Amino acid sequence: MSVVDLLDKHRGIAERFERIVALGENALGVTNERMISPTRAIVGNREIILAGTNNYMGITFDPRCIAAGQKALAEFGTGTTGSRIANGTFALHTALENELAKFLKLKHCIAFTTGYQANLGMLSGLAGPQDTIYLDADSHSSIYDGCTLSGAKLVRFRHNDASDLDKRLARSEGETGGRLVVLEGIYSMIGDRAPLADFVALKKKHNFQLLVDDAHSFGVIGPDGRGLGNEAGLEDEVDFVIGTFSKSVGAIGGFGASNHPLFNTLRYAMRPYMFTASASPASVATSLEALRILAAEPERRQRLMENSARLFHGLRALGLETGSDVVSPVIAVKCADEQSTIAKWNALFAAGVYVNMAIPPGTPNRLCLLRCSVSAAHSFDEIDKIIAVFKAVVVD
Amino acid sequence: MENSKTVTEICTLLLPFNATGKKLSAQTDIPAELNIDSVGILDFIMEVEDHFDVEIPMNVVSDIRTIGELATYVQSQLEKV
Repeated sequence: MSVVDLLDKHRGIAERFERIVALGENALGVTNERMISPTRAIVGNREIILAGTNNYMGITFDPRCIAAGQKALAEFGTGTTGSRIANGTFALHTALENELAKFLKLKHCIAFTTGYQANLGMLSGLAGPQDTIYLDADSHSSIYDGCTLSGAKLVRFRHNDASDLDKRLARSEGETGGRLVVLEGIYSMIGDRAPLADFVALKKKHNFQLLVDDAHSFGVIGPDGRGLGNEAGLEDEVDFVIGTFSKSVGAIGGFGASNHPLFNTLRYAMRPYMFTASASPASVATSLEALRILAAEPERRQRLMENSARLFHGLRALGLETGSDVVSPVIAVKCADEQSTIAKWNALFAAGVYVNMAIPPGTPNRLCLLRCSVSAAHSFDEIDKIIAVFKAVVVD
Repeated sequence: MENSKTVTEICTLLLPFNATGKKLSAQTDIPAELNIDSVGILDFIMEVEDHFDVEIPMNVVSDIRTIGELATYVQSQLEKV
């Protein structure tokens, strides 16, 4: 009997990748040889303006964060070599959780090693096989994976459509088990926000608990930077919040937070929290410092929104169609098809601008996108250069 | 509703997702034969849910291969109502 080659099933992916690379650079494997600043890097001996990093606050080179990371390295070492429930909880981890709870004005916070693991842990810890999770169709893959890991019944509703969710909740009214509705603050591909008030209104009609993944909105939106609930004035209606340290916080890690009195029990029920090494001391220390800076310097959010508006209006003035009609730090320019998206991405890159190339199935509705993410650290000159390059090589 | 009628209606709903142009029947293996990506299949299932006003959880979708199997599942849900 011949051996079944387990990688045979991925031949289609390999062929598609080869077709993409044959058209120019490897858009899915750009290597930053040297970082000059939060918005500039050396790639292939050329200086590139970075417009696709999710480095919303531009805090990755803040000297205070770097000093905090260096101090933690010296005091706590390079790694924790253990999980949070074994030897991997350091004073830094609990300090970060306490600072984050204070920032969020919530009672409890649990820090994870990555944002991806935060979604895996929270979703699989909250819901089990007897429960149902209702997730927005445009949810991030980490939400899909966390939902799958939970073993819960999974029901998908149309993107940002509360009436569609209403209909789907009604279909299983009266079933036993808990119900969890999952939304995102800012959706990563298109940059639009969940209409939170519409979904919260359904809580009066149907029994469910509500979770918001603020991965792209934590530190970014709301009068105090606490994310979607803060912006909508509905924080009390959100039962669970998830976020990441790899975007506005400029490090790596993730968190879950809530006022629920049993929330800390999840530490002993979430496998992606229990069975992985905890975040490294340097990363935790830089997150903690960044969090303090975000709280103390709200002008960074103001600057981010000014930059976002400048790029959003600049691109739309060129006649380009964006995924969302609302100003957001995520600005996705729609392209006609995969072939032209790849060609235009290569033209942007050759002209010194890096954005994300986003193609199906990683995008909603089979959209082909040139996805930009804006940073508070972008200068107006950089934003204007990005717009000028789009005008030169993307506009038909 | 008869199973054959359900199959016919599912085939109609599947048409916009079938870029291959292959003729559809109860025996058509949706993921294997129609070159629809994972998100496309979930989008198609939403159309089926709304057309028949039934729930088809994502967990069930991975076990359904053919149009006929999908029709049988839809029928079972309709009979529950």
